[in-house]
Amino acid sequence: MSLRILVGCKRVIDYAVKIRVKPDKSGVITEGVKHSMNPFDEIAIEEAVRMKEKKIAKEIVAFSCGPTQCQETLRTALAMGADRGIHVEVSGPEYETLQPLHISKMLAKLAKDEQIDLIIVGKQAIDDDCNQTAQMTAALLDWPQATSASKIEAKDGSLQVVREIDGGLETIKVKLPSVVSADLRLNEPRYATLPNIMKAKKKPIKKLAPKDLGVDVSPRIQVVTVEEPPVRQAGAKVENVDAVIEKLKALGHA
Amino acid sequence: MLRSGRNLQLLSKNVVRENLRLLSSTPQPSPKDATKKVAKERTLDKKPVKSSSFVMNLFIGSSNTAQVFPFPDGLNTEHKETLGVLVDPVQKFFEEVNDAALNDSQSAVPEATTQGLRELGAFGLQAPVEYNGVGLNNTQYARLVETVGGFDLGVGIFLGAHQSIGFKGITLFGTEEQKKKYLPKVATGEQFAAFCLTEPSSGSDANSIRTRAVLSPDGKHYILNGSKIWISNGGFAEVMTVFAQTPITDPATGETKDKVTAFIVERKFGGVTSGPPEKKMGIKCSNTAEVYYDNVPVPIENVLGGVGQGFKVAMNILNNGRFGMAAALSGTMKASTKTAIQHATARVQFGRRIDSYGTIQEKLARMAMLHYVTESMAYMISSNMDKGSTDFQLEAAISKVFASEAAWNVTDEAIQILGGNGFMSANGLEKVLRDLRIFRIFEGTNDILRLFVALTGLQYAGGHLKQLQKAVKSGNVGVILGEAAKRAKRTVGLRQSNSLSEVHPKLALQAQLTSKAVEGFGITVESLLIKHGKNILDEQFLLNRVAAAAIDIYANVVVLSRATRALNMNISSANHEEMLARVWCNEALDRIQLNLTAVKSQSQLSNFSTMSQIAKEMCEHGGLIQQNPLGI
Repeated sequence: MSLRILVGCKRVIDYAVKIRVKPDKSGVITEGVKHSMNPFDEIAIEEAVRMKEKKIAKEIVAFSCGPTQCQETLRTALAMGADRGIHVEVSGPEYETLQPLHISKMLAKLAKDEQIDLIIVGKQAIDDDCNQTAQMTAALLDWPQATSASKIEAKDGSLQVVREIDGGLETIKVKLPSVVSADLRLNEPRYATLPNIMKAKKKPIKKLAPKDLGVDVSPRIQVVTVEEPPVRQAGAKVENVDAVIEKLKALGHA
Repeated sequence: MLRSGRNLQLLSKNVVRENLRLLSSTPQPSPKDATKKVAKERTLDKKPVKSSSFVMNLFIGSSNTAQVFPFPDGLNTEHKETLGVLVDPVQKFFEEVNDAALNDSQSAVPEATTQGLRELGAFGLQAPVEYNGVGLNNTQYARLVETVGGFDLGVGIFLGAHQSIGFKGITLFGTEEQKKKYLPKVATGEQFAAFCLTEPSSGSDANSIRTRAVLSPDGKHYILNGSKIWISNGGFAEVMTVFAQTPITDPATGETKDKVTAFIVERKFGGVTSGPPEKKMGIKCSNTAEVYYDNVPVPIENVLGGVGQGFKVAMNILNNGRFGMAAALSGTMKASTKTAIQHATARVQFGRRIDSYGTIQEKLARMAMLHYVTESMAYMISSNMDKGSTDFQLEAAISKVFASEAAWNVTDEAIQILGGNGFMSANGLEKVLRDLRIFRIFEGTNDILRLFVALTGLQYAGGHLKQLQKAVKSGNVGVILGEAAKRAKRTVGLRQSNSLSEVHPKLALQAQLTSKAVEGFGITVESLLIKHGKNILDEQFLLNRVAAAAIDIYANVVVLSRATRALNMNISSANHEEMLARVWCNEALDRIQLNLTAVKSQSQLSNFSTMSQIAKEMCEHGGLIQQNPLGI
């Protein structure tokens, strides 16, 4: 097999950053905040690179949609082993209201344009937790889907994918071309090494606008308000068990 | 790298002068200027070298702000973007793979970690890409070693001894053949490198090394004999930059003299052996060993930087690496400060969180200021180097002195804030403090570097004075009038307008006073030169005060520039940075005043000679002279 793989790489606020809401509650503060590749997408890239190392894949195309800085995210993907990047630039208010459906439409269009055999994306992004892109992309393309994959094996024209489901594992077989979303235990992504980062500078990144892919990203939704999670109320100490029961009763719990 | 400083030999004045000249990386006067003068004159009076270094010009009382304003930026957009991607993997590696406490307790870096560092590319950060390196510029390198310094200084020295000094000479002075032969293997960490200068009888005084290399009868090899001590990576380095005396015949006089030459020596040449790892106070995982050379045949094509040029090679390597130490230590300070803040904001005593007490607040504020100065120096120097400046030797020396003392103070105070918890090994600060101790000693002891700063500056000022005298003699009206006007203004109190006018208005007072301090410094230097002449070389009590004032003035200018940048760009920390700069400068200005007064104050001068006497008596006695008050 010599697959052409398209991998989605979302730029998100780094998992270690404490998220702060803007004073006007229109969103979260992103300026001056550390961003990195969505961890599930790192797993997706790693899986693609491993498939290339096993000669299952011949080319890996990394895709990212968002502001200019997405180029950095793509550079990381290229340093990890992707061959080229596609950056669909969307910024400002349009990016803030961008939905998984928009991304799915872009991925679907690119899959056709680039003769892609397999799309791998993270099962969800750690910022909006949508978990929709893989499913919608598969639907738009009318390709089979294997979501939340924790193991992927390629077997003559199809993939055998193990999925973690409640209480056990499910093994499914999907024909190629198909869409797979990566779960946490699929692999442990490698570090991008410094020499590879430098080499990645020479790999091409194609820049597109949504309209080049025929996708209308004008906002369909309006963000009404973004709130901090409620602050935990202070507790109180009680003397003994009876007092606990009394308190609970007073609060209507017993 | 465990070597003491070696910049100056203070035993013989002639040697000092020679060394100072060698140390100077300032451009020599261009041949064009020189040819205008008759040859006879040139040999008698050397035209003083023009310098664009702030610190150098400070010694003639002038503020040359070319290298300090605006705060230089060593990164273009592409550099920035690349660096943004590079920092993460380094950070992750040190968070997840490297174990600083384990390295310390085992006094070694485990092979798996070393392999991880190889894969990361950490052994060839600045080696050119075509030789398998990462090809970083100085500023990018500084940012990455800052991360390393925040996690593990032992590994930092393992890496630094390898590339910042071990094979740096090959990058700086190597021929194409030498680069092609050695860089690809050292840049990947397949082979390790070491810098071999220090010897049992030669520490700060580098010109006194005894290792010798003599041409073989067939003229194809140098035969190397001698031994080196405290060589970082000395136990396993395959490629070494070795300094040795070589006999050189002066073609004019026919006289043969020993001069230092640098060689690239491979362990596999034969005759190279090394001792066991030394037991040390800190940076334990970094290998430190003696290396012996017994009739080692070194091919003549392995001479590095030219026969007899070894001292210059050594000084350039060290000079080019010092900013890295400041960068690494600013990372260390950041980490120590964070630990201290975590404790201070959680610990409750006497019913209040301890960060609410003035005692702790003062400590934290001082830690922040020391860090601010160090970090600003590191990036100012790296950026100037990236912009092609070669005129940064005094600034680099100051950054090493300042950073190593600041990091020590900051970590010491962090331990103090943590109290007993800080003294316990589990917390990690105790290890950091042990690691930090060596930074004030190696790569030029801070004591030697202070003298180096003072003497190099004085020499520059001396040249300037001499030129002035000549102008007077030859009646060069322009020069005389200019100087006369400057002096007249000083005496009638009409100070030169604020020479640091680029500083943000919010810090105008500090700029004004620092600008006055520059002038005052120049006056002090001039009076010292007039009073002591060449004998100033032996006045170390005074030289140290001059150096201390120079360091403070440079620090002021650096933070004024950095805070101005923050204020002009209106970045979110601008107001905080302004506070750091203001308090730093205010306090430093007091110290500058004290130090400049000390060199002419009768009571201080008498103290100095008394201290000299006290030390003499102690040394004659072989210990403390006073008896226990009990008399028992």
